[in-house]
Amino acid sequence: MAGTRIGRDPAGGDVAVTTTEQALTAAFREEAGRLAASLVRVLGDFAVAEEVVQDCLLAAWERWRVDGIPDNPAGWLWTTARRRALDVARRDSRYQAKLAILAASGCTHDAAQRDDDRLALIFTCCHPALSSETQVALTLRTVCGLSPRQIASAFLASEHAIAQRLTRARRKIAMAAIPYRVPDADHLAERLAAVLAVIYLMFNEGYLTSSGDDPQRRDLTEDAEWLAALLADLMPAEPEVLGLLALIRLHRARATTRFDREGQLVLLADQDRALWDHAAIAGAADLVVRASRMRRPGPYQLQAAIVACHAEAPAWEDTDWPQILLLYDALLDYLPSPVVALHRAIAHGQVTGPGDALADLDALGGALDSYHLFHATRAHLLRELGRLAEARRADERALGLTANPAERALLEQRLCRTSAPAEQTKPA
Amino acid sequence: MKYVLLFCGTDEDARAFAALSEVELKERYAQVGRWFAANRSRIGATQQLQGPETATSVRFGQDGAAMVTDGPFLEGKEQIGGYAEIEVSDLDEALEMAKTWPGRGSVEIRPVVTSR
Repeated sequence: MAGTRIGRDPAGGDVAVTTTEQALTAAFREEAGRLAASLVRVLGDFAVAEEVVQDCLLAAWERWRVDGIPDNPAGWLWTTARRRALDVARRDSRYQAKLAILAASGCTHDAAQRDDDRLALIFTCCHPALSSETQVALTLRTVCGLSPRQIASAFLASEHAIAQRLTRARRKIAMAAIPYRVPDADHLAERLAAVLAVIYLMFNEGYLTSSGDDPQRRDLTEDAEWLAALLADLMPAEPEVLGLLALIRLHRARATTRFDREGQLVLLADQDRALWDHAAIAGAADLVVRASRMRRPGPYQLQAAIVACHAEAPAWEDTDWPQILLLYDALLDYLPSPVVALHRAIAHGQVTGPGDALADLDALGGALDSYHLFHATRAHLLRELGRLAEARRADERALGLTANPAERALLEQRLCRTSAPAEQTKPA
Repeated sequence: MKYVLLFCGTDEDARAFAALSEVELKERYAQVGRWFAANRSRIGATQQLQGPETATSVRFGQDGAAMVTDGPFLEGKEQIGGYAEIEVSDLDEALEMAKTWPGRGSVEIRPVVTSR
């Protein structure tokens, strides 16, 4: 992107603007967090640091649209940010003491310091004293440089609500003195788990709300992958970070086949595997292996290994179910949740038959009674066992429990198909 | 940074406390004593409060008139049983202290307003 001159050709205006926006988005995401991190360290104030970053991004947006993106966009942003931070420090007596640090180029290009700053920023945004929704919004805002409007659109929330949430968060960080640093060794595991949870939540939000029909909406799965990759860069010796990065990449590598052209959900068994990104899958599988060599297993590594089993199978029939069943058994030790048990039951059924899986599910019973996939899975197993009337009732339960249009369509289709002969015998 | 730790408990916590045997009660007080001793350098004023049934509240209506009522402000789940002012470097240090509080129930950590 460096050196590209844009916006001068009226005929190609639209294309040029899109290119600029894409280039700007990439540059902003890369630089906004770095900028914010160093400024927070120097100024010790979240709100001011973010304001300065926002100013710079706005200035860059105005300027670069006219002049084109400079050869060194990072350098341009840094110089501008430093100048504005100095202005703020001169204006406000609270920052007088910081003036000297800023003037002596506190926002350095020292790569190691900047990495430390960014890592500290991530841990602050994901501090357990903030609610998980706030952690996600603040991370997107501060580390990824998304605007409140972009965050709001990704979460289908109002911009006002997101802006308020961010303001409250910054106030709490300042008032309650939430520290800005990477936790010490005693607390690192626990705090890292919170950071990974935020990235995974961000990914899931993007994954579940995407349907490929709205190209204008921010793709949070991309932001989550970027963050996980950043964290893997900053903490290369943490196997769970690699596990989460692999998990996200394995899902994203197959995202295009989740929906058909009409936006209908396509089950894994029916997806066209030729369309998957096999290079990305191989890369992610390598990450899983690299993580496993560190001999500190964890839930993200296990989930990535399970998804890798699916992604690397040339066809549904080739799926290595015994391996998947073993991995689910291990995963249950870390995440003893009924939902994990449900997935384990499905794998169990594939290994020893639908009767066993149904018995597993019925043993779970009550815990998942209001979860649509529990009933949808039961319906599938009952149908395999030839218990059609029960299957139909289970599908109807599932339909009553989900509002997701793609899932509803799939269930309705299934109900329609299985009941068609019976319905036709009735008089119209 | 100055914070106040508010030691709270639900009715259930209060019942569990009341049900402690004499030996258990002695042990609990010993634990609490050790916690205060271990954190002495960080603790300022601290008090245990009498139970919420001894509380009297003064509320001000829209017209500014004072109204006296029997009972605590918050009828309901959590009651404040005591407090300690602490001086620590940041929220993480306050959290460390609160997490080792042996008195059970819950601990609310509130930063204190300081003049700039």
